[in-house]
Amino acid sequence: MKAVFLSLGALLLGAVLALAQADGSKARNAADSRFDYAELAKAPEKARSRRNPLAGEETAVAGGKKLFEQHCAACHGLNGEGGKKAPSLLVPEVQDATPGALFWVLTNGVVRRGMPVWSKLPEAQRWQMVSYLETLKTSPPSAGTAAK
Amino acid sequence: MALAGPSRLQAQESPYIVTYDHYLEEPGNLEVEYFSTLGTQRGGHDFHAGWLELEYGATAWWTTELYLDGQSTFHDSTVFTGFRWENRFRLLQREHFINPVLYIEYEQISEADKIVKEVEGHDVEADHAVPNAEARQGHNHELELKLLLSKNFKGWNVAVNPLATKPLLPSGPWEFGYAVGASRPLALKASAQKCNFCRENFSAGVEMYGDLGDTISPGLHETSHYLAPAAAWNLPSGWTFRVSPGFGLNDNSHRLLIRWGVSREFTGFGETVSKLFRGRQ
Repeated sequence: MKAVFLSLGALLLGAVLALAQADGSKARNAADSRFDYAELAKAPEKARSRRNPLAGEETAVAGGKKLFEQHCAACHGLNGEGGKKAPSLLVPEVQDATPGALFWVLTNGVVRRGMPVWSKLPEAQRWQMVSYLETLKTSPPSAGTAAK
Repeated sequence: MALAGPSRLQAQESPYIVTYDHYLEEPGNLEVEYFSTLGTQRGGHDFHAGWLELEYGATAWWTTELYLDGQSTFHDSTVFTGFRWENRFRLLQREHFINPVLYIEYEQISEADKIVKEVEGHDVEADHAVPNAEARQGHNHELELKLLLSKNFKGWNVAVNPLATKPLLPSGPWEFGYAVGASRPLALKASAQKCNFCRENFSAGVEMYGDLGDTISPGLHETSHYLAPAAAWNLPSGWTFRVSPGFGLNDNSHRLLIRWGVSREFTGFGETVSKLFRGRQ
């Protein structure tokens, strides 16, 4: 019986720690965002200079938009405007980044800062997301997002 | 409220049921999973074992998971067989040629447990022929360690999971096992439209798992091994369905383990719970 209580106690402790950890990692301010953007500059030269093999393909942008809404919008906002958990993708640091640098960050994530690695998506899908991200600089946010 | 929000999150789960790749739950997300194993049994009655998994992304490098196990043996009884608390830790910050994740699990299960989520030591089919009333008298406290090694290449995922289990109470020798798997989505590019039946929503693969003896008696004698094709269907709404028929590869193995599972991912679970406790809007 003692073992049962010990086990349940350990489980409860783990759950509380896990939830606390997640809550602590969601609060984000401007200084936090600078750390996230700095990750783009850490992309090795070889990765940064990679070209998007799907550049110019309209279907790549449409597919990338769908993937963005499915995997990224919950944290970065439906139009990439940023949220409590992740920074804006509309800022110059992101929009002026090379496709290769965006692809590198997508692939490797920023694990210490809470962004998971997205290499679980096939390479083509990550390039589709890069194609979509590059369109955000010319797309005005939707009325619903602007109101936030 | 994030849990009831629009379908912003699509689970992108591998088809594996036993093998793990190196991907963790997204931070703050909760995945609720139910898995079922229908096993044939020589020298006893066939059984249906089920387990519920609550998988939570504590951080981008730590996923914690609670399992509740049970089983029904035909012409016998239905019993709750225990719980497991699993933690997975990503060891490296970035993607590398091979990506290691450390898996640590504490199990408190009875000897009637039949989910066959992993096979270790000298686990064989005959262990499951014992009637529930007798088997459930024995309780095991175990520590299980796995090294999850995984790599993606040209759309394929290849994962290798060596494992070691230490029975704590009653104490016993270290037991060893393995699981390996390979899988691939049916399409590598995403289609432009939202769809349930797009090829990229389906993935297929194969897993092989078995036991490798223990420190007293290492090797392949008195061990069981399985080969299991596996398929998954990831829906844009966050639901995932998996199916995997496993075939025993030697006389010590169950001839057939038919597994299926359903899971649903909830985004922003941690945030929602913390709001409940802190009374924030």
